[in-house]
Amino acid sequence: MADNHTEVLFGLYNDETELLDAVKIARDGHLDIMDVYTPFPVHGLDPILGLKESRLHIAGFIFGALGTLTAFIFMTWVFTRDWPIIFGGKPYWSVPAFIPIIFELTVLFASIGMVVTFYTICGMGPGVTNPVLDDRITDDKFCIAFKTTDADDSLVEKLNSFFTKTGAAEVHTKTI
Amino acid sequence: MAHHVSPIREPLITGNKTYHDITVDLVSPTEKAPGGLWMIGFIISVGLLLFGVFCIIWTIWIGIGSWNLNRTIGWGWDITNFVWWIGIGHAGTLISAILLLFRQKWRTGVNRAAEAMTIFAVMCAGLFPALHTGRPWLDFFLFPYPNTRGPLWVNFNSPLLWDLFAISTYFTVSLLFWYTGLVPDFATVRDRATGIRKKIYNFLSFGWTGSAKHWQRWESLSLVLAGLATPLVLSVHTIVSFDFATSVIPGWHTTIFPPYFVAGAIFSGFAMVLTLMLITRKVLHIEDYITIEHIESMNKVILLTGSIVGVAYLTELFIAWYSGYVYEQFAFYNRALGPYWWSYFGMMFCNVVSPQFFWKKSWRRNITLTFILSLVINMGMWFERFVIIATTLARDYLPSSWSYYVPSWVEIGVYLGTFGLFFTLYLLFTRVAPVVAIAEIKHILKSSGDQYTTQRVAKVTEPVVTDEPGEEGQGFSSVSPD
Repeated sequence: MADNHTEVLFGLYNDETELLDAVKIARDGHLDIMDVYTPFPVHGLDPILGLKESRLHIAGFIFGALGTLTAFIFMTWVFTRDWPIIFGGKPYWSVPAFIPIIFELTVLFASIGMVVTFYTICGMGPGVTNPVLDDRITDDKFCIAFKTTDADDSLVEKLNSFFTKTGAAEVHTKTI
Repeated sequence: MAHHVSPIREPLITGNKTYHDITVDLVSPTEKAPGGLWMIGFIISVGLLLFGVFCIIWTIWIGIGSWNLNRTIGWGWDITNFVWWIGIGHAGTLISAILLLFRQKWRTGVNRAAEAMTIFAVMCAGLFPALHTGRPWLDFFLFPYPNTRGPLWVNFNSPLLWDLFAISTYFTVSLLFWYTGLVPDFATVRDRATGIRKKIYNFLSFGWTGSAKHWQRWESLSLVLAGLATPLVLSVHTIVSFDFATSVIPGWHTTIFPPYFVAGAIFSGFAMVLTLMLITRKVLHIEDYITIEHIESMNKVILLTGSIVGVAYLTELFIAWYSGYVYEQFAFYNRALGPYWWSYFGMMFCNVVSPQFFWKKSWRRNITLTFILSLVINMGMWFERFVIIATTLARDYLPSSWSYYVPSWVEIGVYLGTFGLFFTLYLLFTRVAPVVAIAEIKHILKSSGDQYTTQRVAKVTEPVVTDEPGEEGQGFSSVSPD
């Protein structure tokens, strides 16, 4: 990605209510927002930004179901095919006694699977460095960023006037 | 989308904080050199830890015969400590997961530290069964792995194996949940740091940027992990209780064990959270984030779970009498009036009587009393496990094999060592990571900060709707797709 620079024009707001109003105006004005960065999850932002609901929980369900099946099929195989042993006079295939381990593996698979999926689709992981537009975004600034690579002057002007109009505290450009 | 917040709700963040104040207050303990109190605590903890390591080496070298266990009493302090530590861990998950599902905003002040406590407590707990096997270098036999002996598999029908799966899963899920919550806060620390610290926190923060889509997924992940951790935490202590309840020992073979153990676990865990939080908030000067309101809420949980535990004790006694089963009756007679009578009365006083002080509001809000009672309750819950385990085993079916047991210095040393491990890790945690979840605190500032709640109280006569959208609680996106 080193030779593939992106120019970014971004504005910083001091409060999430200002940010929400600004995003609404930007969407109404058909400005193409690259991304919005906030120090904490701002509720109500997703619909006005046009973000679809996350499908992460579906992945969680699939991983969980995989755990259920793994545990159940494995224990069934061990106790009916591979090495049947009688414990306390009970049937080989004593399903009620399998429940605790089936449950634990369901939870284990779902959790690990979801967490790994989360970091993968977000492009995060140990040692990953993603470009940070401003150090104060994780502190108290709310940021709207526009991509301005190859943008003509009229668009940049339009974006600048948008930031002025919506009360952005600061406007900067950065190449990432 | 607007959300009603009762005007009589007390603020959870005091001191008229701005977002930036929150960052500074909560990140600064990781940026400064530790103070004198911290150093003293750390030296004592490491000392205990080293003594524990010595005792563990001794145990491995000599064998678990060095613990004074005998043929009658095969489970002594070791398993008592195991159950005690696991129970302590449960409060962390309760706060971080169950209270998240219940939308309790006060959880945000304490969930990070409580969850850390869970992880460290489970590490301490796991040590005891691992050593109790006698040959800890062969502990991998416990896992079902393909081997050259058939392969010969483990007994999947055994509660002890369920326990292994439950605790391994519990540890893993707690760790993932805790770390995922930490990632945005590590990014906050990273963006304030310079030099080598920036590099370290850059590594720890996994490249977090705070993008809207990432926050959305993060919230979705937190909510599902909370949903998974909730039945998980209940299952863990249920399965721990199965270690006893599925046996045929009078006093153990009871169906009340799972709920009774879970309530006891939450009870002792909250006591430990309070012990830690009361010290932490003082030492790190974060009284504005862990307020008297938080302490009172936790004391209410202690009162509830302590009373459940009390009812369970009395139910056990009643059922022992009502069953007409002479061995069960004797088991309870022996607990109260046998050679270990002192532990039974210690348990009754610490667990049933002491939490009843919290019926009085001003006592729930009294820090000194809370601190003392939190220690008393922890002691009481240790007595409970000792009563269940050692006292019951001491008088079995055959009077000829009755026995008495006093732990050796080695066994006591291993227990002290786990305190060393626990507090060493906890103290390191307070220097490395923000002990209060920064992003989550910022999220509730506008609904629970004192400058905002005061405004609401001023307008108390009319129902108040905050114009802050979607404040249903952290971790739940109140939005629907377009």
